[in-house]
Amino acid sequence: MATMPDVRKDGFRLSMLLYDTRYRSITLQVIFLVLFAAAAWWLIHNTVENLKALGKDFSFGFLTVRSGYDINQRLIEYSSDSPHWRAFLVGLLNTLLLAALSCVTATVVGVLAGVLRLSKNWLVARLMTVYVETFRNIPLLIWILLIFAIMTESMPAPNAFRGENPASSMLLFDSIAVTNRGVYVPEPLFTRSLGNLDLGVFLVSWDLLVIIAVLLACVLANRALRKNAETVQNATGVRPVTWWKSLLIFLVPLAALKFALGFHLGLPELKGFNFAGGTHLRNSLIAMWFALTVYTGAFIAETVRAGILAISRGQSEAAAALGLRPGRIMSLVILPQALRVIIPPMISQYLNITKNTSLALAVGYMDIRSTLGGITINQTGRELEGMLLMMLTYLVISLVISMAMNLYNSSVKLKER
Amino acid sequence: MKKSVFLGTLSLTALVAGFASAATLDDVKARGTLNCGVSTGVNGFSAPDSNGVWQGFDVAICRAVAAAVLGDPMKVNFITTTGQTRFSALASGEIDMLARNTTWTFSRDTDLKFTFAGVNYYDGQGFMVKKELGVSSAKELDGATVCIQTGTTTELNLADYFKSNNMKYEPVPIETNAEAQQQYLAGACDVYTTDASGLAATRATFADAENHIVLPEIISKEPLGPLVRQGDDQWADIARWTLNALIAAEEYGVTSANIEELAKGTENPEINRLLGTEGELGAMIGLDKDWAKRAIKAGGNYGEIFAATIGEATPIGLARGLNAQWTQGGLMYSPPFR
Repeated sequence: MATMPDVRKDGFRLSMLLYDTRYRSITLQVIFLVLFAAAAWWLIHNTVENLKALGKDFSFGFLTVRSGYDINQRLIEYSSDSPHWRAFLVGLLNTLLLAALSCVTATVVGVLAGVLRLSKNWLVARLMTVYVETFRNIPLLIWILLIFAIMTESMPAPNAFRGENPASSMLLFDSIAVTNRGVYVPEPLFTRSLGNLDLGVFLVSWDLLVIIAVLLACVLANRALRKNAETVQNATGVRPVTWWKSLLIFLVPLAALKFALGFHLGLPELKGFNFAGGTHLRNSLIAMWFALTVYTGAFIAETVRAGILAISRGQSEAAAALGLRPGRIMSLVILPQALRVIIPPMISQYLNITKNTSLALAVGYMDIRSTLGGITINQTGRELEGMLLMMLTYLVISLVISMAMNLYNSSVKLKER
Repeated sequence: MKKSVFLGTLSLTALVAGFASAATLDDVKARGTLNCGVSTGVNGFSAPDSNGVWQGFDVAICRAVAAAVLGDPMKVNFITTTGQTRFSALASGEIDMLARNTTWTFSRDTDLKFTFAGVNYYDGQGFMVKKELGVSSAKELDGATVCIQTGTTTELNLADYFKSNNMKYEPVPIETNAEAQQQYLAGACDVYTTDASGLAATRATFADAENHIVLPEIISKEPLGPLVRQGDDQWADIARWTLNALIAAEEYGVTSANIEELAKGTENPEINRLLGTEGELGAMIGLDKDWAKRAIKAGGNYGEIFAATIGEATPIGLARGLNAQWTQGGLMYSPPFR
């Protein structure tokens, strides 16, 4: 509008709320806010009224009641005598385990596929294109069901391993058994175990904590060694040889720890109906993990490819002109810049993985949707409370992942001075 | 001012929405069809036949209620529910009644706010295994992998049974009977456990039924019956007395063959009251005089339905056992029609 309307100070009319540009946006915002509040109020009111009509109350008391059902995969102590909140916790840990495993493997698969898709090798690049287009364009649930069906239908049953001339045999020196009930792998055992640390809610193995602490110390020591080498290189121009020192830093403490704890592998062996001993990776876990990995990996591959393509050709040419080798060009010049493009969409992929774990119900993986959102709700009839609790849990997990990734993002993004 | 009118309308809508579910009978009549929740397919109890028409023991209850209320046993809209979705479907009003081999328990009746219309099948939980396992008793199942439908009472019984016998097991949770069957046949589990009737029905569909046995232990009481939402007593009465009418009809010898004959009037006043030639029983539950006659004509009396769907002449081959009339040593017993 070219001319402002001529407004007298005392001349406020109601119609100006709509026709005067000074008030219009405020009027519209107020109207939308009222409508939104009314809709929210209506939803809540309707729920309350209908709950009243059904004679149901709203209470989370059911969480302390004995659950009465068993869960096959549990990372913490749980039995049918445990309360429902513990079943919820078992499910939550299963969700987090699956999400963490899938995030790691999907990233590895995705980065590899993304980089290889840019390869100059025609066959490799085309193969990666086929992988990306196949996996990203078929629904995840179908992949999950397909992998689950392959595992249960085509793998041998445990009793095929029995007898003098068994129809199937274990892999890798009789240490891994692939059956239609899942894969049994050796488990770490400690003859001089340090026992468990009681955290009140659950127990944590001291062995695990000690191993993590020692590994962390090794990593820090190695980092100090490399930093020292760098200082020497900057001062003298010659980088001291570090590889055998690094190797020693890792191997010596770990070997000492292995001896101190009496570490050995517990192999799976046939006992009764199933294999006993070893760690049992159930079909449901494998199907979910594998499907989430290859499905999300295809998306991550595209993100990585986009990130690398976003870096102009001049950058790598300039680096090459400075005499850097191709590997160093990738790690020192291309990737640090590409990461700024890659990380933000990567956050969404990690969130997708976490939320997609709720498809686990389809193959009976006991995640939070199957324990709290499935059996608990069904046995107690607390749909509303259970669903709200589940929504809240997913929301919190997602926000935490988001926050962590945003912190990482701000650490790698371009520092402006 | 406009805002308050708007809010007032909203709250009125909410109130109407809140109380609309009170009279299920009126809803069903206005709709013209009965929404009946059934299982996703258990042969003999509820499964569509080759023409896509739902058939079975539980389905027959839905048809009888539809015949009593709407006059046509085919005016039923069958809605499939899994063990997990069935109660939400009923509580939310998506279905008017649930006839899905559902066990009558204290907490379902009270805490979940449902009303059970009675028991149409007295069952118990059993175990099915492959013969080649060489197991002859459930007590030998220590360490077995067990396929189990989630969200059922069998899940809880299973946990209790193994705990009380100090045995371990590996549960494989499964959504529907069909999936359980597939997993069991593929050998992903050693044992399939559900109600003994369901085991018989499942076993009957196997190509090699003779290679599978149902173990002798029955580890629980599973009185299965149709249920409705709590709070609508008239609707609950209709479901309850339709079931009772089917049971009473068998006791008094009223069959789909002789019902027209008997409906003209008999010497037995109880039959007369049941079939509406005497008294006003129908009006007491908001229906007409012929309600029970139509319900019985829909699929026959309780015994006829049993024989046609799951009885010994069918592939499922269940004996009457506990489900015989009380006069025959069973538990089927209808209160008097009076």
